Amino acid sequence: MAKIPIQFTVNGEPREMMVEPAWTLLRTLRDELLLTGTKEGCSNGNCGACTVLVEGRSVNSCLVLAPEADGLEVTTVEGIARNGKLSHVQEAFVQEGGLQCGFCTPGFIISATALLRRNPNPTEEEIRLNLAGNLCRCTGYDKIIKAVMRASAAMASGGAPAT
Amino acid sequence: MTMVGINESVKRREDPRLISGQGKYVDDIRLPGMLHLSLVRSPHAHARIKRVDVSRASKMDGVVAIFTGADLQEQLGSLPAGWVLPDLKQPKHPPLAVDKVRYVGDAVAAVVASAPYLAADAARAVKVTYESLPAIVDAEKATKRGAPILHEGNADAGGAPNNVAFDWEVNGGDYAAAAKKADVVVRERIVNQRLIPNAMEPRGVVADYEPASGQLTMWTSTQIPHLLRLLFALVTGHPEHKLRVIAPDVGGGFGSKLYIYAEEVITGIVAKQLGRPVKWIEGRQENYLATTHGRDHITDVEICGNKDGTITGISCEVNANLGAYLSTFAPLIPTILFGIMLVGVYKLENVKCKVRGAFTNTTPVDAYRGAGRPEATYLVERMVDRFADAVGRDPVAVRRKNMIPAFKRGKAVATGVKYDSGDYKKALDKALEMLDYPKFKVEQRAARKEGKLLGIGFSTYIEICGMAPSAVASSLGAGAGLWESSLVRIHPTGKATVYTGTSPHGQGHYTSMSQIVSSQLGIPMEDVEVVHGDTAAQQFGTGTFGSRSVVVGGSALYMSLQKVVAKARKLAAHQMGVPEKQVQFANGRFVVEDVPDKSMSFPDIALQCYLAKDLPKGMEPGLEAVSFFDPENFTWPFGCHVAVVEIDEETGDTKLVRYVGVDDVGKVINPMIVDGMVHGGVAQGVGQALVEQAVYSNDGQLLSGSMMDYAVPTAEMFPNFETARTETPSPTNPLGVKGAGETGTIAASPAVINAVVDALSHLGVTHIDMPATSEKVWRLIQGAKEERRKARQGSRNGRKR
Repeated sequence: MAKIPIQFTVNGEPREMMVEPAWTLLRTLRDELLLTGTKEGCSNGNCGACTVLVEGRSVNSCLVLAPEADGLEVTTVEGIARNGKLSHVQEAFVQEGGLQCGFCTPGFIISATALLRRNPNPTEEEIRLNLAGNLCRCTGYDKIIKAVMRASAAMASGGAPAT
Repeated sequence: MTMVGINESVKRREDPRLISGQGKYVDDIRLPGMLHLSLVRSPHAHARIKRVDVSRASKMDGVVAIFTGADLQEQLGSLPAGWVLPDLKQPKHPPLAVDKVRYVGDAVAAVVASAPYLAADAARAVKVTYESLPAIVDAEKATKRGAPILHEGNADAGGAPNNVAFDWEVNGGDYAAAAKKADVVVRERIVNQRLIPNAMEPRGVVADYEPASGQLTMWTSTQIPHLLRLLFALVTGHPEHKLRVIAPDVGGGFGSKLYIYAEEVITGIVAKQLGRPVKWIEGRQENYLATTHGRDHITDVEICGNKDGTITGISCEVNANLGAYLSTFAPLIPTILFGIMLVGVYKLENVKCKVRGAFTNTTPVDAYRGAGRPEATYLVERMVDRFADAVGRDPVAVRRKNMIPAFKRGKAVATGVKYDSGDYKKALDKALEMLDYPKFKVEQRAARKEGKLLGIGFSTYIEICGMAPSAVASSLGAGAGLWESSLVRIHPTGKATVYTGTSPHGQGHYTSMSQIVSSQLGIPMEDVEVVHGDTAAQQFGTGTFGSRSVVVGGSALYMSLQKVVAKARKLAAHQMGVPEKQVQFANGRFVVEDVPDKSMSFPDIALQCYLAKDLPKGMEPGLEAVSFFDPENFTWPFGCHVAVVEIDEETGDTKLVRYVGVDDVGKVINPMIVDGMVHGGVAQGVGQALVEQAVYSNDGQLLSGSMMDYAVPTAEMFPNFETARTETPSPTNPLGVKGAGETGTIAASPAVINAVVDALSHLGVTHIDMPATSEKVWRLIQGAKEERRKARQGSRNGRKR
């Protein structure tokens, strides 16, 4: 299939590349840009393991075609920590023990980051609802919810905003 | 620098990698020249393969090779059952089907191409001509006369007459006599539905073969790298020492990655045939078809006892669905891990249990978190509630009345096993205290008056864990020893690398094992590396399943640490010129008794071991130890879980409003990790109770074939879990631990269903099969109301007459 050119920003870096029109953003990130932090769990938008930020909003990268990302800004889990410093969300996941096998975790980190940018002080119910698009089979979600609340509190107490 | 002990909620050492996208799972591995494999799978549940035409597919872009079952029949061998019950029928299980397919998803051909999409496209272009056969999916109907036969021929010829794989039973006391004498016998037919494990990482394999050396390296998403290497060698004839199996980061398993799978054999052998690296990654829909399922029992159960609330016996007849072939541990799960658990935590003297394992045209069924124990616990705890209801007593009072009193060292029960230690009332009391049961009862009565359906359900469970004493397991059919191994290697600077035979997939072994090392050697956790999941790096090990890793693997590690300390102490005494018994080891220092300023640190001694300039006579240089721990008994964690639900009468929707879980897993290494595992298990158990179900059509199509159709629980389904622990150390291992990986799954399902039934009990409801979906609950409520209306009408009519 003939490739077409796209230009987009990934984790702050401008990228120009040729993609096949049928490639998903997920495949492009993982196989072409070797950003393997983003995971494929179902490939039909149900599990959320492939969640990335596109223009600051969380999307399932398995449901986005690479050409659709042309001109847009994409952030993956690799772009969340800055200068080797974990974000509030990442730090809170470690403190609360909000992960076990880690496969769904990049998606949760992204979804939680998007939520807290939009709503820095969500209630527990809002967190549960907003993370319902991400599946985790290990944690029962309990410590994930606590981690997001902890991150929200850390942001409120004057720390730098979650990236 | 963190000096840590046991029972400390140390933050997990694996997390910084995993939260920043640096985890390395199988699909993240790329090798130069790597090819991609895609499987052609049967769309039929039962059919003869008439012809496989690869002519069009093999001419497609990027296609390197296509193999059919007939092409590789010799090389691929047949997948064996790893647990052999008496008279078990063991039909052949070719990794690629040769003349017949037996379930939707059975692999027929392997297509190898330069890119994954090209391989998938070409797999679709392989033309297989099938002759469709009638299919059977129900375990009970499968063994009835006239059902289609999956494995033809008599047992000697590899067949399974009547689709029966085995008939197994366990008996204790005399159930028939007990039932005859009992005031009350309660019967129920209970279905424990089929589940799909849903590890978030689907399976995957990368195989790399080096023709010149004959070395095959295989990265695979598995819980058992060492057993897999052994089984691969036995199945294919590839020499064991020329095979290296690596389990990299593994994204969950829950039992579903505990076997030798067709795809592991196929990918390994295809890489060997082609002399190039080959990758196979399972898609999610493929995972639903090709990775084992769990549960699927149809059971007729009876419980009997007296009006005073004493339970005297339990009996059941089970039809267990095994799917189309015997998966590695399939014969173990619905038999030993199920039948011997039917006593529960009760003084139950009479047990009768018969299990028939049946082949059906469905995905093979094997261990799924809890594996046999959830099925047993569900029966016992459901029937205790039914019994309490029948004798008009409170379910908590009935549980308490029948509980085995506390014991510290061994208690033989009617199914012939011996529990290790237990204090069941303590866990129950703690849960009641957290809950405020009397207050709840008042609230429930008030709620009912307002038309709100509130229910509470208890589950005082017990499980068998810490697999296992090898000799016992072997006498029951195990094809491998179930001990565990460790190697502790102290480096000259006093830092440690430890090698465990266990293989984690989310359990946090890097952290827990480091804690054990730090606590015993008095060195900081940062000075410890834990190596697991690589057959070239470690001694043979058994793997991670059955809540065994810290129990058996942690104990093996503890033993090696003691050996290291013993040698170091001997050397310290020698170098300080005092008798060994005067040397104390504490906080990482060897100190001469009563002479506190005379001491050597652990790193000092480590260095001396390697310099070897002043060793006592006969002592070898170096400082390392290896241990193999084979426990004397299983461990038996227990506890009390309580669910509170609220049901919407108009929609039948069930909301879990409170969940209290008290577990006793003996000693705990890392409470934060244990809490997390309990939470995850509870979510899976609640998922089974309320929403999860694998559904087949009668002709063998998996209707719940994607995450769109199978309900994996989401965050919005749950309240915060209220968890706590009691601590009754196990006497069977040096750490006193019992294992904590499965408690929640085992405990939760009956607690939730008991709560649902309690919420509806005033309507005359006594049972509902899982999952208690809103439709099912709504129909039950409507049915119960209709019954009541009729009854009222009937009595009015009666009076009129």
